[in-house]
Amino acid sequence: MDKKLTDLREGNTGRVDKIVAGRGATKRLYEMGFNTGARIKIVKNDNGPVIVSLNGNKVALGRGLASKIVLGE
Amino acid sequence: MRNKRIALVGNPNSGKTTFFNGLTGANQHVGNWPGVTVEKKEGKFTHEGKEYDVIDLPGIYSLGAFSEDEVVAMEYILSDDADVIINIIDASNIERNLYLTTQLLEMGKKIILALNMVDEAEKRNIKFDIDKLSELLNAPVIPTVAHKGRGQDQIMEAVLEVLDQDKAHDNPLIYSGVVAHHIDHMEEIFKDQDLNYSPRWTAIKIVEGDPAVRKMLSEANLSPEAQQAIDEFYKYHSSDNFELEIVDSRYAFANKVAEQGVIRPEVEVVTRSDKIDKILTNKYIGIPAFALIMLLAFQITFAIGEELLGGFAADLIEGLGVLVESLLISISAPDWLVAFVVDGAISGVGAVVEFVPLITVLYLLLGLLEDSGYMARAAYVWDDLMRSFGLQGKAFISMIIGFGCNVPGIMSARTLDSRKDRMITMLINPFMSCGAKLPIYSVFIAAFFPGKGGLVLFALYATGIIVALIMAKIFNNTLFKGEPSYFIMELPPYRLPIAKNVIRNMWNNVSGFIVRAGTIIFSVVTIMWFLAVVPGSVEPYSQYTLLGRIGTFLTPLFRPAGFGTWQESVALFAGIPAKEAVVGTLGMLYAGLYMEEGVQLVNAIQQHFTQLTAISYMVMVLLYTPCAAVLGIVAKETKSFKWPAFLAIYTFALGWVAAVVIYQVGSLLGFS
Ligand SMILES: Nc1nc2c(ncn2[C@@H]2O[C@H](COP(=O)(O)OP(=O)(O)OP(=O)(O)O)[C@@H](O)[C@H]2O)c(=O)[nH]1
Ligand SMILES: [Mg+2]
Repeated sequence: MDKKLTDLREGNTGRVDKIVAGRGATKRLYEMGFNTGARIKIVKNDNGPVIVSLNGNKVALGRGLASKIVLGE
Repeated sequence: MRNKRIALVGNPNSGKTTFFNGLTGANQHVGNWPGVTVEKKEGKFTHEGKEYDVIDLPGIYSLGAFSEDEVVAMEYILSDDADVIINIIDASNIERNLYLTTQLLEMGKKIILALNMVDEAEKRNIKFDIDKLSELLNAPVIPTVAHKGRGQDQIMEAVLEVLDQDKAHDNPLIYSGVVAHHIDHMEEIFKDQDLNYSPRWTAIKIVEGDPAVRKMLSEANLSPEAQQAIDEFYKYHSSDNFELEIVDSRYAFANKVAEQGVIRPEVEVVTRSDKIDKILTNKYIGIPAFALIMLLAFQITFAIGEELLGGFAADLIEGLGVLVESLLISISAPDWLVAFVVDGAISGVGAVVEFVPLITVLYLLLGLLEDSGYMARAAYVWDDLMRSFGLQGKAFISMIIGFGCNVPGIMSARTLDSRKDRMITMLINPFMSCGAKLPIYSVFIAAFFPGKGGLVLFALYATGIIVALIMAKIFNNTLFKGEPSYFIMELPPYRLPIAKNVIRNMWNNVSGFIVRAGTIIFSVVTIMWFLAVVPGSVEPYSQYTLLGRIGTFLTPLFRPAGFGTWQESVALFAGIPAKEAVVGTLGMLYAGLYMEEGVQLVNAIQQHFTQLTAISYMVMVLLYTPCAAVLGIVAKETKSFKWPAFLAIYTFALGWVAAVVIYQVGSLLGFS
């Protein structure tokens, strides 16, 4: 059951399955820690950018970009 | 012999500049958000009589660059100029920081790892097995706390030791699978080529599809076979995601190192940051909270800087004036000298120096904001709104920096990924009212809005933000079309501002202000004074002097905006070299004009302006042509004279239109 990062609610977690964005954006996300299998926790998801936690460190992502991250179990 | 060169490399906000300042005694800007340093800085470190060059660089997440500041760091690292790299790592974010480390190890550079911010990691109950980390990474690892200097000596010992060795350690990261096969194959081909880098590294970069290395190789002197091998590789593998596989392998390695060398607590400690963020990043409270912080900052600036301390400074300068005047007369100095020193230098430059307490408080508060961690949150809460004006949240950070000074504000646009975002951000930055304009507003506030300083400033700064956003939208629909770039930004933990940082940032700005007063402002006022007393045959400081005639020629231009005397017109132009000169020039001219009566600058302004024209003048000052330093930095950043010329003209036109509209509409409505 794949889900977009923006579909998850606050407090939920998931692992990165793939990213469906342009080459540049995908690589940047990968290099910032959103690589295959990275465990992501949603800290904030309302209508602005999404805030996620990667190993306890917070990263803010614009909604457009966040919706391109597909999470699996 | 050339000094050995030590480069500081690491992720943004990991503490590189803090370490650099500690090591070299420099006073570079430190702040708690990613992207503070945007250019390469050099300093010196001396040990046992031997000098070493130390190089501070902008933060990077990887060796592939997306924005201009990252290009600076990447190009420097690839230039192979450094003899050793100190890789500064944020200990509480070790996996991501080690990702960059894997790339440095791959390059075969000599590296020392500074496991920085261990104090914070300790607070989060994260522990380290230093020996294990060092063993796995095949490089020295030393825990540090950069702002306290903890670990600095051990780092430097390790650096000196490594410098003596012939060769760097072997790279501990081993690729596997298809990727490894291609890398090995490429490495074999590059083995007998004349390259600047190791065949292994070049091979990895080719398989990774790194554009910078591809370009480098296309310019290198490769054999036709090698060139063909590269072309073929790209022909057949353009759709394979090797680059992402490589990233995954590096992260797998970083995760393995972290798993074995870092001991994390069972349950994550809920930090104070999380609690503060609940409020400051709330979707309803976010922007009002920002406005409130700003309003509070201006109220405090005015209450302390002007009402509490401003009087002392003014009295001090007045006292100094009287003292110098009597001194000059007692040694029977010539009249012109007395006039120059008293009316020109003291009334002019003094009118600026008076505001040292005011701007000191402003920069102190800005420094607190910068070191607190709020900047990244401001970017977050503004992202949505910025987006509807064609920009993204990160651009808001350069706007806030512009409140201190537009020059670093414009430079920080380097952190934006797209040229469009960057150009627009630079062209709207001058509407962010800088510290140098504060003295101008202050004299008008004292004359017409006493007791309401904080509110008036808030209104002016808010107007600046609104105009900036509208212009951004206009540019976005005309000169620079396109979507705003993606917003992605780390939110560092809130930190209690470190006194040393705040005072350093404040002092850098305040000393700059004082130096400017003694140099540029002094020169401008001197020239203006001279023009205002020649030719000797006419009444000095009158409209018949050279300056008076120039001003009189200009007044029709400003009459529709309500400020119709020649003094106000020339003062605006005097402000183009540096903004404080507006006050300096008015101070000098009015002092000359009202010499007999001994009228204060504030009273003179009350005679020359009304509430309405004071507002139109302040808005003109807020929006019109930025100072020469700003035009200069725009020329440098855009590598063109076209953009600063455009900036100078369009801001002037905009300021003029705004001032005219305010005056005309205000008059119609019966204000005066
Ligand atoms: N607690 C703690 N804070 C630190 C330490 N080192 C640096 N800081 C703080 O971390 C923040 C970032 O420091 P900088 O030195 O500006 O970081 P940088 O790596 O130069 O950042 P960029 O220039 O943005 O890449 C500042 O607020 C520092 O005061 C440390 O060892 N412990
Ligand atoms: Mg820095």
